[in-house]
Amino acid sequence: MKQFAALFTAIDQSTKTTAKVAALARYFETASDTDRLWTIALFSGRRPKRAVTTTLLRAWAAEQAGIPLWLFEECYPIVGDLAETIALVLPPPQDTSDRSLTEWIDLLRNLRTADEDARKATVLQAWDALPTTERFVFNKLITGGFRVGISQKLMTRALSKATGKDEAELAHRLMGDWTPDTVTWQDLIEAEDASADASRPYPFYLAYALEDMATALGDPADWQAEWKWDGIRGQLVLRDGLHFVWSRGEELMTDRFPELARATDFLPAGTVLDGELLAWGDGAPQSFNALQKRIGRKTVPKKLMQEAPVILYAYDLLEWQGQDLRTFPLSTRRSLLEAACEALPEDAPVRLSPTVAFAQWDELARVRDTARDAQAEGLMLKRKDSPYRIGRKKGDWWKWTLDPLTIDAVMIYAQAGHGRRANLFTDYTFAVWNGNDLVPFTKAYSGLKDDEFRKITAWVKKNTLQRFGPVRQVTPHHVFEIAFEGIQASPRHKSGVALRFPRMVRWRQDKNVQDANTLDDLNQMLKTYG
Amino acid sequence: MQTSGLTFTDRGIYCAAGDFYIDPWKPVDRALITHGHADHARYGHGTYLCTDIAAPVMRHRLGDITVQTTGYGEVTQIGDATVSFHPAGHVPGSAQIRVDAGDGIWVASGDYKTEDDGLSTPFEPVQCDHFITESTFGLPVFHWQPQIEIAAQINAWWAACRTAGQTAFLGAYALGKAQRLLTMLDPDIGPVLTHTAIENTNSILRAQGIALPDTIRADAALDPKAHPGALILAPPSALGSAWARKFGPQQTAFASGWMAMRGVRRRRAGDRGFVISDHADWNSLLTAIKATKAENIYVTHGYTDIFSRYLNDNGWNAQVVPTQFEGETLDTETAA
Repeated sequence: MKQFAALFTAIDQSTKTTAKVAALARYFETASDTDRLWTIALFSGRRPKRAVTTTLLRAWAAEQAGIPLWLFEECYPIVGDLAETIALVLPPPQDTSDRSLTEWIDLLRNLRTADEDARKATVLQAWDALPTTERFVFNKLITGGFRVGISQKLMTRALSKATGKDEAELAHRLMGDWTPDTVTWQDLIEAEDASADASRPYPFYLAYALEDMATALGDPADWQAEWKWDGIRGQLVLRDGLHFVWSRGEELMTDRFPELARATDFLPAGTVLDGELLAWGDGAPQSFNALQKRIGRKTVPKKLMQEAPVILYAYDLLEWQGQDLRTFPLSTRRSLLEAACEALPEDAPVRLSPTVAFAQWDELARVRDTARDAQAEGLMLKRKDSPYRIGRKKGDWWKWTLDPLTIDAVMIYAQAGHGRRANLFTDYTFAVWNGNDLVPFTKAYSGLKDDEFRKITAWVKKNTLQRFGPVRQVTPHHVFEIAFEGIQASPRHKSGVALRFPRMVRWRQDKNVQDANTLDDLNQMLKTYG
Repeated sequence: MQTSGLTFTDRGIYCAAGDFYIDPWKPVDRALITHGHADHARYGHGTYLCTDIAAPVMRHRLGDITVQTTGYGEVTQIGDATVSFHPAGHVPGSAQIRVDAGDGIWVASGDYKTEDDGLSTPFEPVQCDHFITESTFGLPVFHWQPQIEIAAQINAWWAACRTAGQTAFLGAYALGKAQRLLTMLDPDIGPVLTHTAIENTNSILRAQGIALPDTIRADAALDPKAHPGALILAPPSALGSAWARKFGPQQTAFASGWMAMRGVRRRRAGDRGFVISDHADWNSLLTAIKATKAENIYVTHGYTDIFSRYLNDNGWNAQVVPTQFEGETLDTETAA
């Protein structure tokens, strides 16, 4: 554990990518096979099954710290992380331990069959044998989610440094439905055959936002345009008579979208499609709101499946007849994709996402302006001769999205943030005018720079009218430009509207409170875009 | 609230019996000041009363002001109030102000810490009936390690920077924290340079007889390459600035109680964060409050709601009092 905690500290302390990769590569060269396999698993979100509920952890930690549970619960949102809160409130350890990462994980996994007293005794013993950082890591093993600023890309780079293997090959090897129980370091990293696992998806190719004029991309004839759908990016893997649905975040979503099982009836094994998971109805993609009902559900009731049936709107073909097509140009992959989709019946759960024909950039810009009517967020521009790359790469794929909707609003409540913003007021509630009243309509907590948050924090402290627990009502004074991606009617909100992805784009210090928008303006937007 | 003793007004903490304010944030005729940090010692009052140790820095910061001074424990009569200043251990010259106006003893403690930092006159508990306390770090997640352990961490980091050919930049505010860190550094590792804002305060403290280790002023006249292996003390706002970049390859670290939280450390994007504060941690706050034997506790800044709820649950009569004090922020002594 000391070795892993030292790695964690080295990664956590540094803001420099090269230092993080170097620390990780050193670790991969020296750690035991099981420890490094677990490290890859943990850093790619594959944590052991939870052995103890967080409710019990909180109660035990408060008890050990000699504080009431309510006080622990007040600390948690301020620290922003349960594992860290526990590590911080506990008294200093009286004991030591030399267990390795794997040994701690095994210990925790054995706890799943133990009774509550035995679980408690083991956890308390662990807390009392570990210094703060190791304690934090131990808690993370239980609560899950090692977000330490190590992307898949950095991990493959470090693995490549440590093993001498090609980064792209390693990236592919790390994908899929493996766990440290189903695979060894040897099988995952070293063995010859990388495609042994039928479920294994390909690393997604991600686009950057287009910031220049589209004309800077050169000859329109070199480019393919598609609608940029407002759904969930997904990969459908069909192999060995089985099907697997993967999210961009490498989450296996097969069970959430049972409709896609029928894809095996229409497409041959050895096919991998990249596309957008969308709710489909009346012969067209439905809004994201329709899909939203399905997100987060692990099992889907029949009724919901009929109301909002989900399809994969396919726009790329990564594997065909068992062959990896990623190095072929997009134009070739597109032809094969169109041929594969040609014979699909109307009710198949896979459909071909059409291309948008255009001859000139200005003509395409006018098409882009109509994206909201097509339930799209804008356009995707893809170079016709481009391969299917790994991760976010500039040059061949661009997203050309619509500008967000914006409204000027008045800040009326402020609340301190948590985690990295624990000592700043960063979470604000905004209002628009309705006659002489300010009606709250949204919260937002991102989009400003740190020095702006600091200025506003000082201002909030001096201009608090009233406190409601952690929330402060402030003098209506500051106007902010709020950007958002969508608006819909919502009877649950006082204003009658709910926004999608609201965020602050600008602190309008040039504007008075009277200059803020009105509820009528919001309702007008609801009529136009809702 | 009582008419005698202290009351809380929109100008600050007020004593009617003596017609004076303690650390007021709006201009008043007579101000008693606990310490020289900008959120407690503001410009524009008629007269100032502070400790003799605190006075020189306050004069330097506030310019042409009328200052009376007093020694720790000395008793001053102001109107119908009897007033004395007692060590708060926060920064050199910082004080708790004891006020006796006939109806119970009040103590306004300003900012304080209970650990002896070897530089400030150590905190002394003062028995009272009404205790005004800060709660900047009033959560049980804040537990400071002894100063000697933090010193070892800082020196190890500095030595590693030196070995790697990097200049070590350590961010700390100019009055108190900077001098405290200075006394913790191991001079055998290398030379210590100071940003002008910090060195100005150093000069004043040295002139009044406070012994500080040797430092080199890192102003525009200094050749940035002249002192390889140096540690440079600078206000946090100067880290990463054009001035700092002149010193070539470097690492930056912050020294603050806020560094206890991983999220805050990450937001600062420095290379290191050392957990050290001139404010009391959770256990010290409780110890200090118990030592006063006061029944009535007024919680002024920090995690006031949570801290006062805890006090009320544990037998005290505590209430939150709104103030404009800032406690310890990461950037300056007060947020700009």
